[in-house]
Order: sequence, then C-alpha cells, then structure tokens
Amino acid sequence: MDALDLARWQFAITTVYHFIFVPITIGLSALVAGLQTAWFRTGRPEYLRATKFWGKLFLINFAMGVVTGIVQEFQFGMNWSAYSRFVGDIFGAPLAIEGLLAFFLESTFLGLWIFGWDRLPKRVHLAAIWLASIGTMLSAYFILAANSWMQHPVGYTVNAERGRAELTDIVAVLTNSTTLVTFPHTVTACFLTGGAFMLAVSAWHLRRGNQVDVFRPALRLGAWVVLVAGVGVLVTGDLQARVMTEQQPMKMAAAEALYQTSEPASFSIFTIGSLDGREEVASVRIPSLLSFMATGSPGGSVEGINDLQQLYSQRYGEGDYVPYVPVTYWSFRLMIGFGALAMAVAVVALWRTRKGRLPAGRWLWTAAVATVAMPLLANSFGWIFTEVGRQPWTVFGIFKTSQSVSPSVAASTVATSLVVFTLLYGALAVVELMLMLRYARAGAPEIVVPHDEDDEDRPLAFAY
Amino acid sequence: MELTTVWFALIAVLWAGYFLLEGFDFGVGMLLPVLARDERERRLLINTIGPVWDGNEVWLLVAGGATFAAFPEWYATLFSGFYLPLLIILVALILRGLAFEYRGKVDSPQWRRRWDLCIIAGSFVPALLWGVAFGNIVRGVPITAEHEYAGTFFTLLNPYALLGGLTTLSLFALHGAVFLALKTDGDVRARAGRLAFRLSLPAVLLAASFLLWTQLTHDDAWGWALSGAAAAALIGAVVAARARREGWAFLATGATLVLAVAALFVTLFPDVMPTTLPGGDSLTVTNASSTPYTLKVMTWVAVCFTPIVLGYQSWTYWVFRRRLRVEHIPAAHP
Repeated sequence: MDALDLARWQFAITTVYHFIFVPITIGLSALVAGLQTAWFRTGRPEYLRATKFWGKLFLINFAMGVVTGIVQEFQFGMNWSAYSRFVGDIFGAPLAIEGLLAFFLESTFLGLWIFGWDRLPKRVHLAAIWLASIGTMLSAYFILAANSWMQHPVGYTVNAERGRAELTDIVAVLTNSTTLVTFPHTVTACFLTGGAFMLAVSAWHLRRGNQVDVFRPALRLGAWVVLVAGVGVLVTGDLQARVMTEQQPMKMAAAEALYQTSEPASFSIFTIGSLDGREEVASVRIPSLLSFMATGSPGGSVEGINDLQQLYSQRYGEGDYVPYVPVTYWSFRLMIGFGALAMAVAVVALWRTRKGRLPAGRWLWTAAVATVAMPLLANSFGWIFTEVGRQPWTVFGIFKTSQSVSPSVAASTVATSLVVFTLLYGALAVVELMLMLRYARAGAPEIVVPHDEDDEDRPLAFAY
Repeated sequence: MELTTVWFALIAVLWAGYFLLEGFDFGVGMLLPVLARDERERRLLINTIGPVWDGNEVWLLVAGGATFAAFPEWYATLFSGFYLPLLIILVALILRGLAFEYRGKVDSPQWRRRWDLCIIAGSFVPALLWGVAFGNIVRGVPITAEHEYAGTFFTLLNPYALLGGLTTLSLFALHGAVFLALKTDGDVRARAGRLAFRLSLPAVLLAASFLLWTQLTHDDAWGWALSGAAAAALIGAVVAARARREGWAFLATGATLVLAVAALFVTLFPDVMPTTLPGGDSLTVTNASSTPYTLKVMTWVAVCFTPIVLGYQSWTYWVFRRRLRVEHIPAAHP
C-alpha cells in the first residue's frame, strides 16, 4: 500500500472510531441536562439518582470522545497537507471557530458540572450542563459546515496562481444548503443514539427487576426519544437525499447501483448478484421509490452511473468518477436498516410497557439491550456512505483525494502511525467497554443530596 | 497593523495561554511520583487540576485550528514535517486525558498504578516535545521551495532544540510545583514549596542558556528585551518561592512562560518557519497566510468571542479557588 491508501485507512479508522463517542455525547448530554432540570423543578430524588447514573456513563464516554478528537484536528495537517494547503483558507475557519465557540464551552462547563455539585448554586450548576450540551451541538454545526463544504463547495473561488481555493463569502459557507440539511439529520441521529443507549441500559436492569422505579421511566424516556428523533432522522434524511441528488447525483446513483438513467426509478431493498449492473440474479424492488427519494416525485428521472461518468469525463477530464459501488450500495441500506430497526424496537418497547406493564418474557429485553449498537452502526454506515460516495473527490468537483495526501510523508511513517492508532484504539475500546459495563451494571447510586452552601472543611462532593 | 501580523500575534497569545495553563497541568503530572507519598496525596495533586485541565488543553486545539485558518501553509508544513513527534504527543495526550477520568473508576492498586504511569509519562513527553518543536521552528528546518519539509525525524533532535525541550520541561515542572504550593494546604504545600525552590536552579540555568543561545544567533532587539524580562520574572519566581509568597511565585512563573513564548515569536517574526535549505523558501506571515477576507472574518470572530471565553474560564478558576487538603479528598471513589 502507498502513503495515500494508508492515510485513507487511518482517516477511516480514526474517524469512525471517534464518531462512536460523539453521538452518545451529544444525545446523552441533553438527556442528562433534561433529567437534572426535572430534579431541579420537582425535587424528586429519583430524578437526581437518574442524573447521577446517566451522568457517570456520559462522562466515561465523553473522555473517549475528547481524546480521540485531538487526533482529528492534527491529522489534516499530518497526513493531508496538500489538502490543507488547498482548502485552509476556507476549511480552517469553521475548525478554528469550533474550537473557540464550542470546545471551550463544553470542556469548561463540564468541568464546572463534574466538580461543582457543592460549589455552585443549583441553578448555576444546572446551567453548566446545559451550556456543555449546547457546546456539543455548536461543535457539530461547525464541523458539519466544514464537511458540507467538501460535499458542496460554495462561497469560494479557485486561485490558480496560488493553487488554492479562497473564501469569498463566509455566510454562504455557514448557510450552505448541505449544512442546513446535514446538521438536523446528524443531530437527530445523535439523539436517537442517546435514546437507544438509555433504552438498552434500562432494559438490562428491568430484565433483572433491578431499581424498577429508576429504570422503567428511563426505558420509556429512551424509547420516546428514539421514536421522535427517528422521525426527525427520516424527514431530514429525505430532504438530504434530494439535496444530494441535485448536488452529487453520482452519490445517489452509487447508493442504488443504478447504472442506467431511469424514469421512474425503483428502489432495490436487496440485490443478489453483481452490483455492476450487468448480472443481477435476484432483487427485491419497490417501484418508483428511488424517484420519490431523489426528486420528491414518483415519476422523476434519476441519472445513472454510466451517463454521469460520461458527463464528468467531459467536464473534469478523463478519469474514473465512480465511487466503490458495493460500499455505497450496502452502507446506504445498512444505515437506513439499523436506524429503522432501533425505531421498531422502541415502538414495541413502548407498547409492551404501556400503562405500568412490565413484560416477563426475555425477547423484548434482549432486543432492547441489542438496540444500543443499532444507531452506532447506522451512524458509521451513514458516514462511510457519504464519504465513500464522494470519491474520487475530497472537495467535490475541485480537488481529488489522490491530490490531497502529504507529499513529504513516507508510506512507512503513515504505516507506523496507522499501526499505533489501531493498536491503541483497540486497547482503549476494551478498557472503555469494561468500564461502561461495570458502571451500567452497578445501577443508580443511593442519593446524597448535594449541599449548595459553602463549607471549607467538608470533603469534596466529587473528586477524581 | 496588517492582519497577518495580528494573527501571528494571536497565535503567539494562544501558545502563551497554552503554556501558561497546561504548563502547570504538565508540571503537576510530572511531579506526581516525586511529591505524593500515598494514594490520598496523589489524588490531592490530581484534583488540584481536575476541574480545569480539559479547558486548558483546548488552548492547544484552538492554537492548531487558528494556525490552520490563518496560516494554512504553516499548518500544513509544520504538521506534516513534525509528523512523528506529533504522533508521540497525541498518544501521550490521549493516555493522559483518559487517565484523569479513569484512574479512580476501578478500585485496584494495579489499575491506578498503570494510569498514574500514563499521567506521568503523558505529562513528561509533551512538556519536553513542545519545547523541542519550538526550538526547531525558531532555529529553522529544511524546507523546500515548494514548502515541503525535507528533513527526517533525527533532523529535529539537534542540540539547540533539545535544550529548548529541557527548558520547557524544567519550566513546566517549576510552574507545577509553584501551582501546587498555591493550591494545597498542609504538609503537601510545604513540600511543594521546598521542591519549587530546588527546581528553580535547573530552570534558571536551562532557560537562560536557551534564551541566550536564541538571541546570540538571531540578535533581535525585541527578542533581547523580552528574553531579559522573562529571565527577570524567573528570578522573581525564585525569590518569591524562597520567601513562601506562593501567589507571587505563581504569577512570576506564569509571566516567565508568557514572556519566553513572546520572545520566541518576536524573534521568529516575520518568518513563521524559516528554512535552512539553500534554495529553499522560508514560510513567512505573508506567504503562509490566508486571504485578507478570511483573516478579517476570523478577526471579527476572535474579537467577539475571546473576551467571553476568557471571562468564563477565569470565573471557573474563581469557583475552584480554595486550597485543597488531604481531608478534602473523599475516602471512597464516587
């Protein structure tokens, strides 16, 4: 493998890994803030127990998100210096703004929240977790603005003399139509992830009859969040598909392995045989669905891969403009499939626990525990789809992945770093999972109502 | 003033802030095995920085992001050129960050010992390597006409840069000891004060020789002035540490770090990464920078939001201002 392939593998591995923790952070921080608000307003102890319990799991996850995030910022320059030179004038701005507006907010106020139980008035302490949660969402906005610019570059001009893209309109970049649909899609998916996490951990305890007073409401809260956020994911995903068809028709065609332009186009749920459009053995198809997803009309025309390849060759010069279709085809289906499966479990869980019921059978609980993985898989496949589907471009239509890699970095150097990160991340996954299971199983703590007046001699409410 | 100069100054401010704040975090981490005698004292030390270390580390992320936005060529050349040291720093920061959060999560001495090792090594390594990195930036490295780094890992391990590394290492250790004397009470406070005084001798020698070497090779008027001020602040820190004036000592070590960073940046200006290669091209604030439009946008963002960030970060230090004693550390882990 050359440095380019190794750098691509490293980016894929470190980014997919980082994005396991990010959605849990975004979803769970808001849920914990919501639970603490409920305690603040009602004073009921079970809300405080829930806040402490979910807060602890949230922090175990947050630490991983923070430390793996530093790698993300550094590796653009380390592995992708040619890309950084080309886009820095535009891409660097949202990254820097993310640091200044979002990272400071989350880290500072989370520190205040963790250590501030007996240092801050209750109201201020509650504000701290909300501000940290808002910080996570701001962070999502700016990083998605940066990514959306790669999907659909706007507000720029290419300076041929300097060999780089230059910013001409920051407002256009921050209000890119791609950002405006990607942000709600991603954030609702994060809430779905947080809800599924709560649903799964609660189901584990309910199956054993543990702390029903804490975990039954948590299960239902988690399930409702999965359901409502899931509807949001569907609606925004639908909008996003249309924007994508307009801006990156090749990605939509590759999602469906649609080689010939069709009107109307059917959606294949499952295909056996090759995906290259030649030998299809069998497939299950829904007529007109792809036309509807792509254009909003059941009879709309959807462009096929072959026509687009011809068009792009004329527009951008000879070359292969087709992404790796098996990955786009299956990741698109797995994204939708796992998301839908999580929603289905949530519906069943809500129905079976209605009006105080607590079913004795094991199937529901097993399915509900497994739900923790579904949104994580859906999130990963969604990103794999959207990034692989943009290939061969890093910045669609203006800069290719093959031009992006650092020319001065040897393949052996990238290989070293790839091996280091893979081994380190693998080991840390074991540690994190072990801690997560340990603290999830421990259940909600007995409450110690926090003092909010100052006392110099009392031990700290929380200490590392 | 040109906006490129403003952004050069702002990046200097971000690095100064990072050294000032995470400098004592690193110091506390490095002194963990030296200063703490038992588990409770180790926890005492870690908890002095518990609520703030993560916010302090963001200064690095913003310095990186600001370099990317304002000087993309600098960011690209620096990060691809200093690849392996940065990889080592990343691994150190990952393990160190997790160690704070995870070391108390399992009640086993072996588990805690392993994470303590991560805190110690994870503080020691970046404290050394940031100095090596800055030494190399100021000294210059082989950069081609295409702005690509043409050296190897071993190019970076030259005597001047290694002296820079030992300088940051000793200054951070001193800064950490002074911070601990200020933030703890009882026996640990007294020991931290004594340790600070002992650490001040190597710190003075290393920092003075590094700054002197820098100015003898560059001979920049402002560089001389700021290096002199940094040295004076460091002497002030020694005197204050000796007199057990902990607040003053901390201000003085902080001032030393800020002035030393300022001296390096002033010496560097208008280059951002000079080349040592004949026929190579030095990166300067002009040829490495973003467009005036991007700089203008970023300046507005910085002007509007930096005061807010400084406000709430300072307030956090105020909230957690009291000195900690071992009695404050709860017996059981939460």
